[in-house]
Amino acid sequence: MIQNILGTISIWAIPVFLLAVPLYGACRGVKVYEAFVEGAKGGFQMAIRIIPYLVAILMAIGMLRGAGAIDMLAQWAGPVLEKIGFPVEILPVAIMRPLSGSGALGMATELIQTHGPDSFLGRLAASAYGATETTFYVLAVYFGAVGIRKARHAVLAGLVADVASLVAAVIVCRLAFA
Amino acid sequence: MLNYIWLSMIILAVVVGGINGKIENVTKSAIDSAANAVVIAIGLIGIMALWLGIVKIAEDSGLMRIVARAIAPIMRRLFPDVPDGHPAMGSMTMNIAATMLGLSNAATPLGLKAMEDLEKLNKNPGIATNAMCTFLAVNTAGFQLIPATMIGIMSSSGSKDPTAIIGTTLAAGLVAVVAGVTAAKLLQKLPLFSVERADRKGESS
Repeated sequence: MIQNILGTISIWAIPVFLLAVPLYGACRGVKVYEAFVEGAKGGFQMAIRIIPYLVAILMAIGMLRGAGAIDMLAQWAGPVLEKIGFPVEILPVAIMRPLSGSGALGMATELIQTHGPDSFLGRLAASAYGATETTFYVLAVYFGAVGIRKARHAVLAGLVADVASLVAAVIVCRLAFA
Repeated sequence: MLNYIWLSMIILAVVVGGINGKIENVTKSAIDSAANAVVIAIGLIGIMALWLGIVKIAEDSGLMRIVARAIAPIMRRLFPDVPDGHPAMGSMTMNIAATMLGLSNAATPLGLKAMEDLEKLNKNPGIATNAMCTFLAVNTAGFQLIPATMIGIMSSSGSKDPTAIIGTTLAAGLVAVVAGVTAAKLLQKLPLFSVERADRKGESS
């Protein structure tokens, strides 16, 4: 029920928005076509501006993945985390999540298909994936768009959010599904 | 901080790649990823233009100010450095709304527009402001009401109840937002992350 309502909102949100904004603008006397074109001009520069930042971050992440460093980290950290009751099978997905969206999606899908989508691990992988964004990608694109090179505390804050949501996903899934 | 993180990633990749005998893989990944970054950025041009055009109409008609005023009480608390009625409030609000609805095609352009608006308040170009870091924390948490991608994968994997994960994803996602914003608010006060320190290091290196 709730999902249906939200699903309908998702489908209609963009067309309604694309209609409502120019319509409101026209009512307020804005020359909508001219304003649109004026704003759209910025799209090209912005996309081009983020390229160097995106290349730098994706290259470093790609190299880490290619080297097998993420599997290695999961293997090292696994035994320690297992002692405190952490389901280690999910660890590679969790490490990949802030680094690469497509990488984490692939690993989560594999886990879901291996253990079954209705298993505890399958649901945990899905919840952990869905609960957060690809931190490093967002940082590179957003800061890149305005030429920020000193990110200050943004990286750490993003990673704190990732760890907190992972811990929360494990706890909530234990309560709901185990 | 990005200087250290980036360098560490590359050192780690080459050392680990060498140990694992995957050094050729490292080369290939570096080159493929660089090419892919450009594909992603070029792919953004059209969507960026579309949303920036719509946002311009919204700005000219005063709609952005109305949107910003609607949830101003929350936004003011999250972003005390951004003056009331500033365009950044409107674009940040629209970005967060798009993210929650899972409209990632709209969320990124609106988010980048918000960053541009926030940059206008930045007295130290090249260095992130407190408001930017808090905004980034909200975005890296990426709170979504419906995890559509994962529901799709669950059902295509043969799940009998693919929407069972909505509640747990929402709960964990909420924790991500709260933890991210709290961390950003606490960390911004540390001398280690001060604007002055970031500025000094910029000059010396």
